[in-house]
Amino acid sequence: MNTTAPRSFQEIILRLQSYWAAQGCAVLQPYDMEVGAGTFHPATTLRALGSRPWAAAYVQPSRRPTDGRYGENPNRLQHYYQYQVLIKPSPANLQDLYLGSLAAIGIDAGLHDIRFVEDDWESPTLGAWGLGWEVWCDGMEVSQFTYFQQVGGHDCKPVSGELTYGLERLAMYVLGIDHVMEMPFNDPDAPIALKYGDIFRQTEQEYSRWNFDQADTEMLLKHFEDAEAECERILAAQPEDKAGRRIVMAHPAYDQCIKASHLFNLLDARGVISVTERQAYIGRVRALAKKCADAFVTTEAGGGVAA
Amino acid sequence: MPDLLIELFSEEIPARMQAKAREDLKKLVTDGLVEAGLTYRGAQAFSTPRRLTLAIEALTAESRAVREERKGPATTAPEAALQGFLRSTGLTLDQLEVRDAGKGQAYFAVIEKPGRKAAEIIAEVLEATIRTFPWPKSMRWGSGTLRWVRPLHSILCLLTDDHGSEVVELNIDGIASGDTTRGHRFLSPDSFAVTGFDDYAAKLKRAHVILSSEDRAEHIWHDATNMAFASGLEVVEDKGLLTEVAGLVEWPVVLMGKIDDDFLGLPPEVLQTSMKEHQKFFSCRNPKTGRIEGFITVANNATADHGATILKGNQKVLSARLSDAKFFWENDLRTVDQVGMEGMAAGLANVTFHNKLGSQADRIGRIEALAREIAPLVGAAPDLAAEAARVAKADLQSAMVGEFPELQGTMGVYYARAAGLPEAVANACKAHYQPLGPSDDVPTEPVSVAVALADKIDTLTGFWAIDEKPTGSKDPFALRRAALGVIRLVLMGDLRCNLADLLEHGLDLNVVATAKAGHLGKRQRLKSNFNGVEGEGETLTRFVAFNNGKMIWMPDTEDSVREAWVGGKLVRVRTPSSFEMVKDYEGEEAVAPAGSIAGDLLSFFHDRLKVHLKDQGIRHDVIDACLAMPGNDDLTLLVKRAEALAAFLKTDDGENLLQGFKRANNILTQAEEKDGVEYSFGADPKFAEDATERTLFDALDAAEAAIAPAMKSEDFTAAMSAMAALRAPMDAFFEAVQVNTDNAVVRRNRLNLLSRIRAICLSVADLNRIEG
Repeated sequence: MNTTAPRSFQEIILRLQSYWAAQGCAVLQPYDMEVGAGTFHPATTLRALGSRPWAAAYVQPSRRPTDGRYGENPNRLQHYYQYQVLIKPSPANLQDLYLGSLAAIGIDAGLHDIRFVEDDWESPTLGAWGLGWEVWCDGMEVSQFTYFQQVGGHDCKPVSGELTYGLERLAMYVLGIDHVMEMPFNDPDAPIALKYGDIFRQTEQEYSRWNFDQADTEMLLKHFEDAEAECERILAAQPEDKAGRRIVMAHPAYDQCIKASHLFNLLDARGVISVTERQAYIGRVRALAKKCADAFVTTEAGGGVAA
Repeated sequence: MPDLLIELFSEEIPARMQAKAREDLKKLVTDGLVEAGLTYRGAQAFSTPRRLTLAIEALTAESRAVREERKGPATTAPEAALQGFLRSTGLTLDQLEVRDAGKGQAYFAVIEKPGRKAAEIIAEVLEATIRTFPWPKSMRWGSGTLRWVRPLHSILCLLTDDHGSEVVELNIDGIASGDTTRGHRFLSPDSFAVTGFDDYAAKLKRAHVILSSEDRAEHIWHDATNMAFASGLEVVEDKGLLTEVAGLVEWPVVLMGKIDDDFLGLPPEVLQTSMKEHQKFFSCRNPKTGRIEGFITVANNATADHGATILKGNQKVLSARLSDAKFFWENDLRTVDQVGMEGMAAGLANVTFHNKLGSQADRIGRIEALAREIAPLVGAAPDLAAEAARVAKADLQSAMVGEFPELQGTMGVYYARAAGLPEAVANACKAHYQPLGPSDDVPTEPVSVAVALADKIDTLTGFWAIDEKPTGSKDPFALRRAALGVIRLVLMGDLRCNLADLLEHGLDLNVVATAKAGHLGKRQRLKSNFNGVEGEGETLTRFVAFNNGKMIWMPDTEDSVREAWVGGKLVRVRTPSSFEMVKDYEGEEAVAPAGSIAGDLLSFFHDRLKVHLKDQGIRHDVIDACLAMPGNDDLTLLVKRAEALAAFLKTDDGENLLQGFKRANNILTQAEEKDGVEYSFGADPKFAEDATERTLFDALDAAEAAIAPAMKSEDFTAAMSAMAALRAPMDAFFEAVQVNTDNAVVRRNRLNLLSRIRAICLSVADLNRIEG
């Protein structure tokens, strides 16, 4: 194992990739849609369902429009990265595997204080919950560790173990950086050394302005309704296609669910959703997520059909 | 006799669940063992973040054999009876004995239950305990179906006696019991075998695990106070935090750090709350200045650099957190500076308090009106009380309280001072929430008392107006606590007021609020007669508000209500203060107004008062005797009377007088029932035949002369001791005289005399209600 300290943001990502690859995970690529967290990737949400074993790791760019601060806040971003690991069934040594990943990025358990502090996870939009911890390193939360109990209203059998690393925060800690924009993205000695801010300061400004002031709320509302309608339409379609093949379209439907969820987040950032409406919107997205989960478990990948 | 050691080793158990889990493990296992026929000398349960341990001392090695004999049917009985007997005993015919049973032969069953080995029983009991353990939240993991608080990894179950130790065999969902455990996750990760409890505890200690949470807490507190002392500071005591932290570590290493100078200007409560909530740090105070200058963090790891890296990391996280807090603090101070406290409170108009009772700003308006009314009763200037009411909840709009809700009130005091408001107003920001429970301090500053009472009366009348009263164990709005708060404020402050009037006023305000909230979009239809809001139509313009039959509000729009359904009758409104019934509602029978809401709320207060006084040793019947008297909404007076009566009844005179009163009352009541008249007037000493009778007349004259002024000046003790003086003459009278004599004139005179006794006694309290 590489015992030297990593020097850049990307080196931390690369080390996590090779560490989890070495543990047998399929290293996937990010999902090509706007999501609020790595959990939304179908490789987690849908694959946590059903009986078939699964092991995947990936980086997921995540968007939280309300967290935008025009690139000025040292820790808050509207676009950031999560590193996500999902293994089903959860192996007995998952905690040890996790600690191994910290060692891989230069966190020596002999020198630090690593703690598993109760933190139960719940996603009202996904109809999902699990028990686990937030992991503290010297008093800072560096990961979320969850044993999924339910997703989309379905009991998880077997149970998946999910690890989520907030990459910027973790990397800033490992690299000793105080402002995210100052963090080296690539090797600081590279001929063209780039900092996080060189890549993202301008986009943070642009998106903050759009998210908070400019996004067309009427259009967003319409898109939300469209996505909702399309999701339901897809799932209501006959399971057999015109050639008589059974093809349940769980994934295309779930894409629409993800879209609706992100549109809701954008509407929220524009401040056009009142406190009482909020719950209703979350309930609508949850209803979609549940229907997608219902559909997925009837498919082959969902364990509903013998492979 | 063997000792038993059980350890359930898992992934990290939430700290807050450990104490109950220890107790549950001990109870479930020991109860199960005892039920199966084993006994033991002692049991002790322990917990660390990763293990639950139970040590049972001197357990019996096996349960005793039980021999049971049962008589069955006669040998001549029908076959069915025999079959039934065989089924119920689980035996076959050849296992039964036939014996002489007096009247012929009968079958007998002799059932012998052999003693069972302890190990067998333990395995059963432990498995049942694990499978049914009452965790507040439990989970599955991997492919299994077993539930535990977090994944369960190993089970140690060991019986140890003089000859050595033996593993109690059990296997639960693939987890086989054994005699091994593990040490600290990082400092001593290897597994090792143990032979019994002493060996276990000693080896754990070598493996960097302190088994007992009390020992860990003691260790933390000892090191923390020493370190703070060495820096001239003192640790702010926090028992809850200490217990929690002791549940987060197996090998506590106490580290101390300084708070950056940048943050020393923050209020100590802010530093304390931020450090505790976010990082589980203890605060260290400078005893000279009262400022929080340092922190204690407890690590679960002993490192080569003696915690330097850990401390540095924690310090960094703290700085980020405190920068946030400082940002909030400075922002809030700027707001107060620019727009004042009332400006800060402005946003509360957009915060819903309850959808039937309007916004927080509406609520503050009601509290202000009530505080103005209460102020003169508690010696506060009405304008000052009103101002305090307007600003007391302003800090709910501050950034700091948004982040730390538990600092509500506390921040208000700081911000009100910064805004240059009078000290009495500033203090009310925090004190008006008090008392928060039966042991919390009761505010004494008049302005605070006025707002505290107004706040609670508004809450109570509001939820009574919308019929959200506590039921059984459900009291989501903490209304019992609010009522007790009012009671304690009144009693501690020795306040004299007619609570019923205040409740009526609070109800008026809240019923109007429900009407207005209805007006804003929520349709209300409260069915209690003449109480609440009635209206019709989807436009919701036709609403009026009533309280106890009196119309108290109508919309002031052009086409405002002219007709409304109230209590099953169509009411035509003439002016805001008069209305007439027009017709019945869909022919339903009109119901006469029931008891008022305020009356119902007052009885709720009386119930809370009974509980409160019972805790102070005053019997419920004594309270009832006083509640039956007029003016029972003046709680101070009520309690004064109850205390005097309770004290009086504890004396010999009191007890005997009570018996005398009851005797007089019984004779009188019986005579009145028999004669169908009321003997209430005209007892004349000239008809007295006996000396004791004349003495009683004199005594009654004296008592009346003494009691009337005493009652007038509310000196219940004096009134009761005057009453006590009746005891001897009454006793003598009953001894010497027969009331129901043949002489009708004398009899009537004596009955009228008894009536005087009754009247005098009842003027002090309703002694009929005293038991015994």
